[in-house]
Amino acid sequence: MKSVVIVDYGLGNMRSVSKAVEKAGASVLISNNLEEIRSAEGIILPGVGAFHEAMTKLADLGKVLIESEGQVPILGICLGMQMMMDFSEEHGLHKGLGLVPGTVRKFPDHPGFKIPHMGWNQIHLTQPDDPLFSGIPDDSYVYFVHSYWADTTAEYCVTQTEYICPFASSIRNGTAIGVQFHPEKSGNTGLAILENFIGTM
Amino acid sequence: MGLTRRIIPCLDIKDGRVVKGTNFVGLRDAGDPVELASRYNQQGADEVVFLDITASKEKRSMIIDVIQRAADELFLPLTVGGGIRTIDDIQKTLRAGADKISINTSAVENPNLISEAANSFGTQCIVVAVDVKRRTEDSIDKTRIPLQDGNSCWYEVVTHGGSKPTGIDAIKWAMEAETRGAGEILLTSMETDGTKEGFDIPITAAISDNVGIPVIASGGVGTMEHFYDGFVYGKADAALAASVFHYGEMTVTQVKEYLTKKGIPIRPPGK
Repeated sequence: MKSVVIVDYGLGNMRSVSKAVEKAGASVLISNNLEEIRSAEGIILPGVGAFHEAMTKLADLGKVLIESEGQVPILGICLGMQMMMDFSEEHGLHKGLGLVPGTVRKFPDHPGFKIPHMGWNQIHLTQPDDPLFSGIPDDSYVYFVHSYWADTTAEYCVTQTEYICPFASSIRNGTAIGVQFHPEKSGNTGLAILENFIGTM
Repeated sequence: MGLTRRIIPCLDIKDGRVVKGTNFVGLRDAGDPVELASRYNQQGADEVVFLDITASKEKRSMIIDVIQRAADELFLPLTVGGGIRTIDDIQKTLRAGADKISINTSAVENPNLISEAANSFGTQCIVVAVDVKRRTEDSIDKTRIPLQDGNSCWYEVVTHGGSKPTGIDAIKWAMEAETRGAGEILLTSMETDGTKEGFDIPITAAISDNVGIPVIASGGVGTMEHFYDGFVYGKADAALAASVFHYGEMTVTQVKEYLTKKGIPIRPPGK
């Protein structure tokens, strides 16, 4: 059985992600140990909360993630995805891991649209051959909770979702892939996406 | 199509067991919250709410076990409310696997709890539950809302399960909750709760118009049309119901099929 390391940097709840990965068919090690993350077959970077605080808590673990890019698949979820990018505009401009080019921006106020973007929305597969979405029907529904979105170019955008503006709901650069939605809260679709991630390990 | 409206079954839980009866066939144990929530998940529920009405302090920890089991099996968003009074309570609930916590009386008594919780855990997981009652008497500093019968009223926040008036204007309170970092408002009107005559549309629409965060309408659903009214006239982002689902009067699937036919953006069950 393949083993996924979930990076624990002291923020958020790992339980749901961990149980979903197990359900999808891999064993899980929740770790903040540099060596354990360095020797992982696949890494998940989860996250809820504020960008800057999360980056600060991630500290040296971030360097290991940067080293691991190109070596093993890395999946960022929600804030974890946002942390993979160059910068975030959440509460000032803060530097991210720079694994995927682009900037995290706040949704603009727009009449009739609530923020956070919360609930089930569709993902349009802009790169249908991406292995993370193998067998996932176009326009499937997944669960989102976020107030910031990934601004990147078409090259790195794997799925697109429409809320106020079309935005990149999944991004990839090499072995680094991020999803803005929560696969661990997206029922069978989410589990299938996690199975695909395990399949790329 | 964009963001869909959410249908959210709510389970009342006491000492770790569902208290309201159910007419589900084929449940091994109708009192087990996780089994019932799992059934709603199969029907296409977009989220599930667990409301803990456990009275005794000693038995409060039983909800933690329920949350853990639900988080292990369900893979859909779970909100937990009832008896959450401190940052420590919130942390324990989230750590057990809840995605959001709902606070009500404790937020009114100590509004700082909203700010502290939002700062510690993020706004996205803080739901402020607002229970309201209509007041028709004259008032100087209250927001009056026109009613369908031509009269007008203001809405007062009530706490302790609707038993305690606070004198607080509901619209102002919802706006303050948002400013303090609430990610969502769960609005229950005591006027309609339990009546099966539909959501309290005037206050639902007024709060939805005055806050920039999602509003969950609650209290009063009796028919599928009531869901439609809550979304269209109440401008709700999500609708919560308990008894119509528990007693098998309608399934989540049926509600979703009905709303889809009526043109409301809904996630099809099983998609």
